[in-house]
Amino acid sequence: MLNSNIEDAQNIPALKDSENEPDNKSFIQRIFGKSNVGDFIFEKLTLLFAVLVLLLVVLMAYQMYVNSQLSISKFGWHFLFSSTWDPVTEVYGALPVIYGTVVSSILALLIAVPLGIGVAVFLSEIAPGWLEKPLSFLTELLAGIPSVVYGLWGIFVLVPWLRDSIEPYLSDHFGKLPFFQGAPYGFGMLAAALILSVMVLPIISSISRDILRSVPFTLREAAFGIGATKWEVTKLVLSNARSGLLGAIMLGLGRAIGETMAVTMVIGNRPIISPSLFDPSYTMASVLANEFTEATSDMYLSALIELALVLFIITIIINIFAQLLVWSMNRKWKKG
Amino acid sequence: MEKRLEINKLSFYRRKIVNSVMLSLSLLAAVITIIPLILIFYYTISKGITYLNLDFFIHMPKPVGEPGSGMANAIVGTLILIGIGGAIGIPVGILTGTYLSEFGNNKFGFLVRFLTDVLSGIPSIVVGVVAYTIVVIPMRHFSALAGGIALAILMIPTITRTTEEMIRLVPHSFREAGLALGIQKWKTTLLIVLRTAWKGIATGILLGLSRAAGETAPLLFTALGNRFWSTSVFQPMASLTVYIYNYATAPFEDWNKQAWTAALVLILIISIFSLIFRIITRSKYKV
Repeated sequence: MLNSNIEDAQNIPALKDSENEPDNKSFIQRIFGKSNVGDFIFEKLTLLFAVLVLLLVVLMAYQMYVNSQLSISKFGWHFLFSSTWDPVTEVYGALPVIYGTVVSSILALLIAVPLGIGVAVFLSEIAPGWLEKPLSFLTELLAGIPSVVYGLWGIFVLVPWLRDSIEPYLSDHFGKLPFFQGAPYGFGMLAAALILSVMVLPIISSISRDILRSVPFTLREAAFGIGATKWEVTKLVLSNARSGLLGAIMLGLGRAIGETMAVTMVIGNRPIISPSLFDPSYTMASVLANEFTEATSDMYLSALIELALVLFIITIIINIFAQLLVWSMNRKWKKG
Repeated sequence: MEKRLEINKLSFYRRKIVNSVMLSLSLLAAVITIIPLILIFYYTISKGITYLNLDFFIHMPKPVGEPGSGMANAIVGTLILIGIGGAIGIPVGILTGTYLSEFGNNKFGFLVRFLTDVLSGIPSIVVGVVAYTIVVIPMRHFSALAGGIALAILMIPTITRTTEEMIRLVPHSFREAGLALGIQKWKTTLLIVLRTAWKGIATGILLGLSRAAGETAPLLFTALGNRFWSTSVFQPMASLTVYIYNYATAPFEDWNKQAWTAALVLILIISIFSLIFRIITRSKYKV
C-alpha cells in the first residue's frame, strides 16, 4: 500500500526532474521499465534467498532419497519392519532402532510434559515479576547446554548413580514387572529417557509459557470476577490453550526423536527389542552417529542414509503438525 | 439454610486446599527443572577445572598419560567451523528474514516462514548426513567445509526468524520518515530499519553461533576430527565437541578428565561469545 503510494508520487511529473533533463533514465532503468532499480534488485535479491531456503528443504529430501536408492530398491518397505540389523551379512531392518527411538522419546515425554507444563504455569500465572525473569533465563540456559555435555554428564554422573542406587532399588521392589528386569548396568533405556526428559523440558516449558501468555487477560479477569480460585482460573486458561500446548508437546517429541549425542552416549547402543528399561537399546540417530564413519560398503552407507531419510520424514511430519497447532493457537487470539 | 451454608463452607475449604496443593506442585516443577542445571554446571566446573591451565589452550593433544596435553587444534577448529557456518548462514538468514518481514505478507512468504520453522526441528544428525551427501561424497574426503555447511544449515532458521521478528518490531513511522525524505525503499530498509533492529538481529546471530559451537552430531562425519594442527578448510578439522565425545567414550581415565575440561572450555567460549555480543550491541546502538 505504502509502496504503491510512493511509486505513484514519483510518477507525478512535477515531482520529477524529468522536465529539466528529459532523458535521465539509465540503461538499466529502461530495461526493467521501473523507476526504482535499487528497490527492484533488493526485493528480488531477498526473494532469491527466501527461495533458497525453500529449495534447501527440498534438496535435503532429494539428496537422501537419491543416495539411499540402493537400500530402498533392495529392501523396500521391509526395511521398516524387519528386525535384523546386520552389517556383516548386509541385511538391514530398522525395526529395533525405530522401537528404541519411539520408546525412549515417549518415556522422556512422560516425565517432561507434567514438569514442563508445571513450570510454564508457574512462570506465566504464579511467579511474581522479579522471580519470573531469572527463572525463564535459567530454563533457557538449560536449553543452551550442548548435547554432548549432557552426554558427558550422563556417562559419569547419571549412569553410575542409576547403576548403584536407583536400578537396584527398582529391581528389588518392582522386580516382578517386566520393565525392571535384568542386570542393572546403568547404560540403557532408563538413562536415555531420563537425560532426554531433561533436554526437552526447556522447549516444552518455554513454548507452553508463551502460549499461556497469549490467552487474553479478560478471560482470567472474568473467572476471578465470579470468585474462582487461582487454580480454577489456571484450569480454564489451560483448557483454552489445549491445542497450543499439544503443539508444544509435539515439538518436544520431535526434538527427543532427533536427539543424538547424549542418547548415543548413555543408551548402550544395541539393536534389541526388550521391555526392560535396564536393557541397552538403540535409536535411529545414535545408529547414524555410531556407524556412519564405519560404513565400508555402499549398501551399508545406503541403508544408513535411508535411516536418516526415515528420521527426516518422521520429524518433518511431527513438526508440521506441531507448528500448525502452535500457529493456529497464536492466530486465534490475535483475530479475536 | 444452615446446612447449605455448611456445605458451601466445606466446598470453599476444599477448593482452597486444592488451589494451594496445585500451586505448590507447579512451584515444585520449577524447582525440579533447575536441579539438573545446577548439577551439570557443578560437575562441569569441578571436574573440568583440574586440567584447565595454559597448556590446554596452547598445546596439541598428546598420547594417553603424557602430561601437558592440550586441545589447541580443537579450540581453533571450533572457531573456524562456526566461522564458515556464520559466513554462509548469517547473510542467508538476514536476507531471508528481511524478505519475510518486508515483502513476505503473501502466500509464498507464509510458506517460507512455515518451512523455516519446520527446518529448525530437523535433527542435526540428519543435516550432517545431507552435508555428507552434498560435499563429502563429491569431494571424496571429509572436510571442514562440509562441517561448516552443516552448521550453516542449522543456523539459518534461528537467524531468519529472529531477523524477521526484530524487523517487524521497528515502528512503521521509521519507514515512513525515511521514504518521506525521498530515500529509496531499499536504502530505507538497509540503513534505517535494519540498523534500528540490529541489536535484536545480533542476538539472533549470537544464538545461532553459540548453538553451532555446541553441535557434535553434524560434525561427526563431515569435519570428522583431526589429531593434528590443520587450518585448511578442505581437510578434516578438529572440534571441541567431537573431542568431548571421543574422549568421554574412550576407556582412559586421563582422556575422560580432559573431556570435562573441554566441556568447560566450550561453555566458556559460548559465554564469552554472548558477553562480547552484549558489549558491542550495548555501546553502539542504544535504541
